[in-house]
Amino acid sequence: MASSRKVRVLVAKPGLDGHDRGAKVVARALRDAGFEVIYTGIRQTPEAIAEAALQEDVDVVGLSILSGAHMALVPKIMRLLKEKGLNDVLVLVGGIIPDEDVPKLKALGVKGVFGPGTLTTDIIAFIRRELNLDTEEAPKAA
Amino acid sequence: MYDKEQARKVHEEKERWEETTVQKALSRFPERYEKFTTISGKPVERLYTPDNVVDLDYFRDLGFPGEFPFTRGPYPTMYRGRLWTMRMFAGFGTAEETNERFKYLLAEGETGLSIAFDLPTLYGYDTDAPEAEGEFGKCGVAVSSLRDMEILLDGIPLDEITTSMTINSPAAVIWAMYIVTAEKRGIPRRVLGGTIQNDILKEYIAQKEYIFPPEPSMRLVVDTIEFAANEMPRWHPISISGYHIREAGSTAVQELAFTLADGFTYVEAALERGLDVDAFAPRLSFFFNVHNDFFEEIAKFRAARRIWARAMRDKYGAKNPRSWTLRFHAQTAGCTLTAQQPENNIVRVAIQALAAVLGGAQSLHTNSMDEALALPSEKAVRIALRTQQIIAHETEVTNTIDPLGGSFYVEALTNRMEEEANEYFRRIESLGGVIPAIEKGFFQQEIADAAFRYQLEVDAKRRIIVGVNEYVEEEPLEIPLLEMDPEGYDRQVRRLQELRRTRDNREVTRTLHEVREAARNGKNLMYPILDAVAAYATLGEIMGILREEFGEWEEPVWF
Repeated sequence: MASSRKVRVLVAKPGLDGHDRGAKVVARALRDAGFEVIYTGIRQTPEAIAEAALQEDVDVVGLSILSGAHMALVPKIMRLLKEKGLNDVLVLVGGIIPDEDVPKLKALGVKGVFGPGTLTTDIIAFIRRELNLDTEEAPKAA
Repeated sequence: MYDKEQARKVHEEKERWEETTVQKALSRFPERYEKFTTISGKPVERLYTPDNVVDLDYFRDLGFPGEFPFTRGPYPTMYRGRLWTMRMFAGFGTAEETNERFKYLLAEGETGLSIAFDLPTLYGYDTDAPEAEGEFGKCGVAVSSLRDMEILLDGIPLDEITTSMTINSPAAVIWAMYIVTAEKRGIPRRVLGGTIQNDILKEYIAQKEYIFPPEPSMRLVVDTIEFAANEMPRWHPISISGYHIREAGSTAVQELAFTLADGFTYVEAALERGLDVDAFAPRLSFFFNVHNDFFEEIAKFRAARRIWARAMRDKYGAKNPRSWTLRFHAQTAGCTLTAQQPENNIVRVAIQALAAVLGGAQSLHTNSMDEALALPSEKAVRIALRTQQIIAHETEVTNTIDPLGGSFYVEALTNRMEEEANEYFRRIESLGGVIPAIEKGFFQQEIADAAFRYQLEVDAKRRIIVGVNEYVEEEPLEIPLLEMDPEGYDRQVRRLQELRRTRDNREVTRTLHEVREAARNGKNLMYPILDAVAAYATLGEIMGILREEFGEWEEPVWF
């Protein structure tokens, strides 16, 4: 990825779940923190999300799922991302995720899982750490 | 309500008190914040006195319970006559599992049913549709056909109990399934009591479970209102809902204003159909959130009744007092539940529920402590129900009507709620009404802004959430969560496939054709939908026809 451009984040809502409060709040917080944010809107298929990640050339994919369908949707999205060669994209999941599913998601390659009550500042700090961003400056991809 | 001269004197004396007694105290003990605000960010004064409500006219603005403008309550005796309906929203997995939960709740003393459907059902898909992948039974019960509804309601006395169904885009179909189930048991539709949520406007605004574009959606809603007015005198064909608007992050006054604006839009649509206002308005019902800011919530409920009464009588010309009265169901705020230290949620829910009761709710759902983690376990839902029973039977708050009426603070908040709601009505009007405002993203943007502001306050610890940004503990979760039947999905799909094989498919084709015809020619859709449902056409089949005829809505994306 180019060193001079902003870090690009795709915030996506897979499945039928329409609860978009969290996705929108996180999208806006990331934008205010200097990231380039693309929000897909609701009811996206795994295929559409993987395709958007590719087309938008993103560094981070944040998936928001509150319906409990994460164990059906996330594996599919991870597989599609890999098929498109997006192996280095940082994938995060937010929503209602039972503790027992967290290790399963991480085994699929999800780097961070954020449950209810997460502060947006914690998500921002997590992304910066994972992408080795200089915390003093606006986020730039390394 | 207060003598002007006396109010002026109080005002002067309050200034004196601020400058002397308060100043002296402040010099030694500064207040905790520079500004105090409600949870919606509205300023709150240090002390409320008669001068804050000097223009309040008792007869014009408050009146008596059961009389215009109903600020103090929709009924003359309120909880002295009859307690609110304890109605627990429930549904998960298969119809069999949810039927068992219903019977459990009724045995534990709940007094009305409330059905939660899963996401595929809410979007009008059968369980085995490709779009439904992974969502079966997760957020509610799967109902793909009349067969599922029959199982779901098995052994439930439909002629005695009232049932609320949280269903919107496919409301007409699900309602038809309920009606046919009852009629097959010999219970005529005119004796059935209950509610379908059927509030499509708030779906575009907040919850996002829309299917069709606004115009055909509104036509379907008016079809159901008309059907209820003609055939089902005990049914509420719509529950005009602020709950989801609030959960999406709105403030209290946005919830109030957007909900009532939606209500006016339905009234106008039904009038345009040619219905008489007093033929349908008494069966309109409302559904509000009850959030953490105790007094702000109570003021919201009181203001809602007053605004509705004034508009229905003075603007829409309703003559029947029942058309003027706003009656509502309340649910404690799901968005205030924390996944951290979940037992604390019992306390939050109790306080919220008390606000609903002091605000004069007709029906109440109390959330379970584990709902930030999963669907509620039996134990959690029992405690939530017990919370209502404790308020009803142990606190004695039910002995008198509107006990906070006359509180300087509550009356001042109620007045401000009404003024600010009126301001929103003017803005919505200037955008061309509710549907144009939806198309412009007005509500969506207002709500997203409010949600973001709130999150920034929490991030900055300007608002403390116990166990989340303060008093945090690192402890393993110690409450048991609901386990669903792992075979449920397969059983449901088998049942659906067998149904499609064994029903009279010629009759299904014929009735589906009638649905399509009515969609095209504008005849009331309830009648052909009832026939299709009775022939065991599935939800997905009926909604599929309507999807073809009406098209699907896609919202512009904002954040």
